[in-house]
Amino acid sequence: MIVQAIAFYLFAAITIAAGFMVIAARNPVHSVLFLILAFFNAAGLFVLLGAEFLAMVLVIVYVGAVAVLFLFVVMMLDINFTELRQGFLNYLPIGGLVGMILLMELLLVIGSWVISPAAAHFAMAPTPGGLSNTAALGRILYTQYAYLFQAAGLILLVAMIGAIVLTLRTRPEVRRQKIGQQIGRRPVNSVALEKVKPGQGV
Amino acid sequence: MIVPALGHLSAALPEIFLALSALVLLVLGAFLGDKATRPVATLSLIALVVAFVLVLLGPDSTTVGFSGLFITGRFAVFLNALILIGSAISLIIALDYFRLQGTERFEFPILVLLATTGMMMMVTANDLIALFISLELQSLALYVMAAFERDSIRATEAGLKYFVLGALASGLLLYGCSLIYGFSGTTNFGHLAAVVSGGPVSIGLLLGIVFLVAGLAFKISAVPFHMWAPDVYEGAPTPVTAFFSASPKIAAFALFIRVMMGPFGHVAIEWRQIIILISLASMFLGAFAAINQRNIKRMMAYSSIGHMGYALIGLAAGSVEGVRGVLIYLAIYLPMTLGAFTVILLMRRKTGPTENIDDLAGLSQQHPLVALVMAIFMFSLAGVPPLAGFFGKFYVFMAAIDAHLYTLAILGVLSSVVGAYYYLRIVKVMYFDAASEPLAGPITRKMAAVLLCTGVFTLFFFANPAPLLNSAHAAALALLH
Repeated sequence: MIVQAIAFYLFAAITIAAGFMVIAARNPVHSVLFLILAFFNAAGLFVLLGAEFLAMVLVIVYVGAVAVLFLFVVMMLDINFTELRQGFLNYLPIGGLVGMILLMELLLVIGSWVISPAAAHFAMAPTPGGLSNTAALGRILYTQYAYLFQAAGLILLVAMIGAIVLTLRTRPEVRRQKIGQQIGRRPVNSVALEKVKPGQGV
Repeated sequence: MIVPALGHLSAALPEIFLALSALVLLVLGAFLGDKATRPVATLSLIALVVAFVLVLLGPDSTTVGFSGLFITGRFAVFLNALILIGSAISLIIALDYFRLQGTERFEFPILVLLATTGMMMMVTANDLIALFISLELQSLALYVMAAFERDSIRATEAGLKYFVLGALASGLLLYGCSLIYGFSGTTNFGHLAAVVSGGPVSIGLLLGIVFLVAGLAFKISAVPFHMWAPDVYEGAPTPVTAFFSASPKIAAFALFIRVMMGPFGHVAIEWRQIIILISLASMFLGAFAAINQRNIKRMMAYSSIGHMGYALIGLAAGSVEGVRGVLIYLAIYLPMTLGAFTVILLMRRKTGPTENIDDLAGLSQQHPLVALVMAIFMFSLAGVPPLAGFFGKFYVFMAAIDAHLYTLAILGVLSSVVGAYYYLRIVKVMYFDAASEPLAGPITRKMAAVLLCTGVFTLFFFANPAPLLNSAHAAALALLH
């Protein structure tokens, strides 16, 4: 029990600290790296909850794809972050005020929040019926909702067809690489041996 | 575990077949390129016909499948058959048009197939998630089709406008769905019906129903969610407009009826006023706004808004007769409107298609038969007996009177009198105005066949209305019991 508690506080504290550093870091590349740290620790929290599938997906999708994409964007777009930051102090009072109002509202809402006793009954365990949660998710997605899963696939197909229909144009002036032609070339029809007399050039 | 999911595959056979044939044809088109345009179009048409046969062979009794996400039965069979007929006719008339325009591409029939799959899934949806996903599948294909002539600024504008407003409507619909789920704890229509009939309905659930109605009213372009329709109808390529006014309207209406009469049938007293208001507003806006239109596609947009208003009267009645009235109305509206659009497609000058009502002048001398058929469609759309359109209105109004909605029925009749003015104006232009320059559109064999079939149906429906009435009645009974 104690190990779990320690792990929880460790992960939670690092997540919050990393989250803070994301907005505090001066170098945008550092921000993205802190974001990755936050994702890793959030994944740790998921493991503690028994949702190992979500933890893996978080690492694969967010760290592996989204954060790397951010990194690319930050590095490839020439954004002057110091310029963006310049108005920060000027807008601090009004921004702080809005933030405080939001915080007050949240506290008011949460203060009067009563969780219905019946709600606990409906809360799903991460491992229903002794299945691992990967299997449970798979059962919902591929068995119970197989019909919708396939339909969603069709929607994506329509989106793809639509994008191609509306934007793809064949441009005759663009030269494309023709790999077949390149490989099919033989020395016979592309190399010519010329006898050059000395001092005359080709 | 696999057995319960696959157990009802056979019930969804038409949908599965249509989706698979779209995939196969897509691969065919992608590999063969431009050579595949004609074969893909023909094969798509065959796929629609085969799906139609599969629908008719489908189960007669109500069958629930795919963990309660899917429901089929007589109601679904009736509407799916209508949708497939609408899609097939739209595809037939579209192919000639794109060939003449030189914008023929193999993706168009595939998009029609995928949109039709979405529509059939709408008809068979038995869950809020299935409702939303099928609606999006259909809508997304329609957005692309609206902008299919991508080099035309009007078509692009129409597609973009449709997309943005459609996304807004989807947002409303989804918000309604989430409210309904939040206040009832289920997305399944059967369970929802149990929750709704179980006791007093909370305000949150009603709010959810209102948002759901708003989203669905957008899809059938009922007032006050109609703003997109005239612009999209005018801007989109004419065969796409014809398609928009046929199958998607029927699918959205099927969904509307299913949701309102199924899970929320017990609170009909709560939503009836909304439907009555939408219905009245649609009928009157459709009648008055169409009067001043010069563009015939725009006029047809207002006409379709008006017709959706009449069909909504049946839903407002909320009875077996009401649902039967709506089904008959839709079944009659489909050939009328497709036939009228076929005539509009024939309007061409040497420079390209024309769309002004005045261009029809003198059609009675140049193409007397086409003018005659168009006159039949116009009289039928206006609801003049003994043409088919009269019977559509008749059954809907009778259902309203049975449900004691006298004001609605009387106002409906009045607005149809106003609406008759602009339909008859077209007849007047065709027969009595002097022609300036003859229309030069070629009448292909396929178009002539479509005109013949729809025209004969519209003209001679009164001779043998029993098959349609009986199947509509069986479908309505299957939905409500």
